[in-house]
Amino acid sequence: MGKLAKGVALVGAGMSKFGNHFPVKRNPDLWIDAWLNAVESVDNGIEPKDIDACYVGNYSSDLFNHQGHLGPQMANLVGLTPKPAPRFEGACASSGIALRQAIIAIVSGIHDVIAVSGVECMTELPTAGVTDVLATASDSLFEYPAGATFPGLYATLASAHFHKYGTTAEDLMRVGIKNHENGAENPYAQMQQSIKDMMISKRKRYEEQGREIPDWSDEFDFLKSSANPIIAYPLRLFDCSLITDGAACLFLTSEEKAKDFTDTPIWITGTGQGSAALSLHDRDSLTSFIATKESARQAYQMSGLKPKDIEICEVHDCFTIAEIVALEDLGFYEKGKAVEAIKNGETKRDGALPINTSGGLKSKGHPVGASGAGMAVEIFKQMRGIAERNRQVKFDVEKAMTHNLGGSGGTCVVTIYQK
Amino acid sequence: MSEMDKDFTIQSYLEFLQSKKLMGSKCKNCGILYVPVRKLCTKCNTSNMEWVEMSGKGELAAFTSITVGTPYFIEKGYDRKRPYCFSIIKLKEGAMVSAQLVGVEESKPETINIGMPVKVKFLETEIKGETKIDLGFEPT
Repeated sequence: MGKLAKGVALVGAGMSKFGNHFPVKRNPDLWIDAWLNAVESVDNGIEPKDIDACYVGNYSSDLFNHQGHLGPQMANLVGLTPKPAPRFEGACASSGIALRQAIIAIVSGIHDVIAVSGVECMTELPTAGVTDVLATASDSLFEYPAGATFPGLYATLASAHFHKYGTTAEDLMRVGIKNHENGAENPYAQMQQSIKDMMISKRKRYEEQGREIPDWSDEFDFLKSSANPIIAYPLRLFDCSLITDGAACLFLTSEEKAKDFTDTPIWITGTGQGSAALSLHDRDSLTSFIATKESARQAYQMSGLKPKDIEICEVHDCFTIAEIVALEDLGFYEKGKAVEAIKNGETKRDGALPINTSGGLKSKGHPVGASGAGMAVEIFKQMRGIAERNRQVKFDVEKAMTHNLGGSGGTCVVTIYQK
Repeated sequence: MSEMDKDFTIQSYLEFLQSKKLMGSKCKNCGILYVPVRKLCTKCNTSNMEWVEMSGKGELAAFTSITVGTPYFIEKGYDRKRPYCFSIIKLKEGAMVSAQLVGVEESKPETINIGMPVKVKFLETEIKGETKIDLGFEPT
């Protein structure tokens, strides 16, 4: 596999606010918010007539909203019909796949400018319904009858990681604490509060209600308490990402067209996609995702970069354990060593390798089909130095990565960005 | 038709399970074992299988204790106060399967040990007057 046969540029990126929006906002409303936000980010402006196709990533509007065939619906809302508007599905990696397919289409010469859409409205269903829809991204034939839920599958992987590498519940908590600290600085995030602030406000509420004030000494103490119930041992509520409504929009162009839109494009230099057996029991490893390793291998080879070259990365932290496993599978740390790096603060905003500066799926939110495109929005901002509030990293980012995992690791898309 | 002549389909596997048999398909060409069943061997790209019954012995490879369960398990009577264990079992014959782990203290998951020996237990659930059999394992 060589380099991309043609340059591909990211010239604009935006997103709706992620959150609990239904019924005030549904898929069409969220998508228009993301579109407008992305249009605003294009230096020289962009109009529907400049765009050749609309690639839509969405996991399950069919089950969440009783609406299939989302491609043309989204395209029409922003004035892109009758242009091609395919929809891509790969569970939580749906818009990562849409992004990758847009890259491939541009390199092929079929299209020059593509709007990539990621969209999902989950809260139309109650939590139990959402859990059931998410479970269809795992194996319905053999895992589901054995009682598997989505948190349950990641908890099972966590148990194997704990057993093999000595990882602990506190190691998981550090991931959540860090991501919430980042999300607190993101005006588009669903939960803009650090876990420490959440603990303090909870204590204050107890005080106001005249209840016994809990004696939590720090965030870890708080996270080990009944305020953070177990969902699937060893995962607690704050180890799980959120149920979210949201959309994201990316504008990709060929190298020749990029200059029409901006003098400072972000170049996409690597893309990779991998797959794995849907059922965990059909895989060789329970502590590593082969789809991540394969997609990373392809993207690194295509870009000519190595793990040590990547300066920031948005990884797929649908559960805290997933961030730890991703950091290992992407080659940033040896197996079993990521927790030590996290403990040393290496993955914080001011660390050697900032991870999930957006707040990640944990704090920014996880509208599953929109999450992959949402990651690219954060990378676009960080590379341009325009990340809001206090979360812009303090160096000029030249090489970055997004890692978008689908389901319990059956699909993965990795993308590398350079200036 | 002998039951060993059943086609290598999901339905055949589930029918075996209903008669409390954990069956796999073994490639006559390269000897690889598939549990649950597969008709096509992806190791040697042939479809020359034979049914083999598992001993039902194995060890616990990974597990979780679930407090917020699926609708099916809620129907079975599990909830936050009565969690259940989802597990992955490595069979003595080498393949891994997903199964409910029973006979353990689900509310004290820290007492459950990965690597511990387990044996198959076919779990019966009454649904609308019919008995459904699901795959389970328990400590030996």
